[in-house]
Amino acid sequence: MKPDRFTYHAPKTIDEVIILLNGCPDSKLLAGGQSLMPMLNMRIVTPANLIDLNRVRGLDGIHERNGEVVIGAMTRQRDIEFSATVHERLPLLAEAITWTGHRQTRNRGTIGGSLCHLDPSAEQPGIAVAMEAQLEIVGPNGLRSIPMLEFGSALMTTVLLPNELLTAIRFKPWAPGHGWAFTEFARRHGDFAIVSASALLELDKEGCVSRVALTLGGVAAMPLRISVAEERLLGTKLGPADIEAAAVLCQNIDALDDPQIPKWYRQQLAKALMCRILPTALSRAQVPNQ
Amino acid sequence: MTTFNSDEKKLTVRLTVNGDEHSCDVSQRKLLVDFLREDLLLTGTHSGCEHGVCGACTILLDGETARSCLMLAVQAEGASIETVESLANDQAGGDGLHPLQQAFWDRHGLQCGFCTPGILMSLAELLRTDMDPTEEEIRLVLSGHLCRCTGYQNIVAAALDAAASIRNGGRR
Repeated sequence: MKPDRFTYHAPKTIDEVIILLNGCPDSKLLAGGQSLMPMLNMRIVTPANLIDLNRVRGLDGIHERNGEVVIGAMTRQRDIEFSATVHERLPLLAEAITWTGHRQTRNRGTIGGSLCHLDPSAEQPGIAVAMEAQLEIVGPNGLRSIPMLEFGSALMTTVLLPNELLTAIRFKPWAPGHGWAFTEFARRHGDFAIVSASALLELDKEGCVSRVALTLGGVAAMPLRISVAEERLLGTKLGPADIEAAAVLCQNIDALDDPQIPKWYRQQLAKALMCRILPTALSRAQVPNQ
Repeated sequence: MTTFNSDEKKLTVRLTVNGDEHSCDVSQRKLLVDFLREDLLLTGTHSGCEHGVCGACTILLDGETARSCLMLAVQAEGASIETVESLANDQAGGDGLHPLQQAFWDRHGLQCGFCTPGILMSLAELLRTDMDPTEEEIRLVLSGHLCRCTGYQNIVAAALDAAASIRNGGRR
C-alpha cells in the first residue's frame, strides 16, 4: 500500500500556496496528514500535485484578538489540547479535542485539516458548528470569511474553491461562567464516534437558561444544531423534565442510516448522550452576580 | 519556494536518526516508515496497517510520537527522529536495555512482538514528561496501539514497573 506518483511541493508562504493552487490542476493540500495520508496510501485519492502546508509560515498559533480566539488552520490538535487560552476561553473545545484520535495522531493532526476533511463524526467541526465559528479563507482575490454553518455543502465536501486555502478559525467565546459539556460514543476510545453531542449554556440571574447551543455529530453529513431542543430549554431551569423533553427532541431527528449502525440506534444515542451531558453543562454553569 | 518534478525524481532529505546525521536521496512518495526500514535498514520500526490505526510504526519526531506511515520521508527534512533502536544502550560500558524494555521482558509484556516497538516509543514519550503516570493515563496512551497477543494487562504492568524503575534513578 503506497501512494501513487505525485509532484511534491513544499511552499513556505501563503502567497506561494495560492500561486501553486492556481497553477497546478488536480492538487491536494497536505495538512497534518492523519486523514489524507491514509487516503493516499490506499490510493483513494491520487492527486497529480501534493502541496505540503507544514512549512508554511503564519498558519499556526492560538491568539486572542478583538474578544475572539483565533486558531491558525495548521495548529496541531496537541497544542489546542494544552493551550491555556483554549482551556480558559473555549472549554468545550478543550474537552472535545481529547476525544480526537489518540495522543500519537493529535501530535500531527490539525484543526484546519479536520474542518476541511469534514468527517461527519469528527469532533472539531462539531465544536465549530456549536460555537458558530467564522472561517478565514484566502484565495486569489484575497481574504473572505464565512460562517462554519455554511461551510459544508455535502458529505465530506466543503464550499472551499479549488484555489482557496483555509487559514484560520475564529471563535467567539461564550460569557465567563457559561456551562459546557461534550461526550461521544465509539466502540473504542479514539475511534470515530458513532454519535457525539455537545451542549453550551448561559444562565440569567434567576438561574434560567438565557442562551443555549445543542449540537449532534455523526447523525448527518454535517454536525447538526438541534434548534427545536434549544428553544425547548430557553427560559427553563433545566429540570429533569426539561432535559428529558429536549433529549426526546434530539432523538426525533432524521439520522444517517447504514447496515452497521441503523438510524434508530443513532437516534437513541442522540437522546442518551444529551441526557448525559445536559446535567454536566448545568453543573458547570454559574449564575451571574446580581 | 521548492517545487520538484514527478516521475520518481528523488529528493535529498537531511535528517538525524537516533543521533546520527543522514543525507539521502529518496523518492518523494516514499513513506517515512519505508525510508527508515529500507534505506537506513532500521527494521525495528514495524509497518502494520499503513493507515495510522495500529500504531506499530510509531516513532518520535522531534521528541513527539508520530505515525511514520502517515508521513512522507521528504517531510522529515531537518527533523530529529528516534526509533526503537535508540532505547537500548548495548555498547561496551552501556547499561543495556532501557527500563521499559527490561520491564516488558520481566512482565512478559509481549508475545509476537510486532506491536512492541511502537508501544515502547509511545511509553517513552509518556515517561519523559510524567514519571508517575496512573494506570488510566497509561491505558489512554495505549489506546493508540493495537496488540493482538497480550490483552494489554502485562503491557500496563510493565509500563508501571518501568515508571517505578525510572523514579528510582533508571535512565529515561
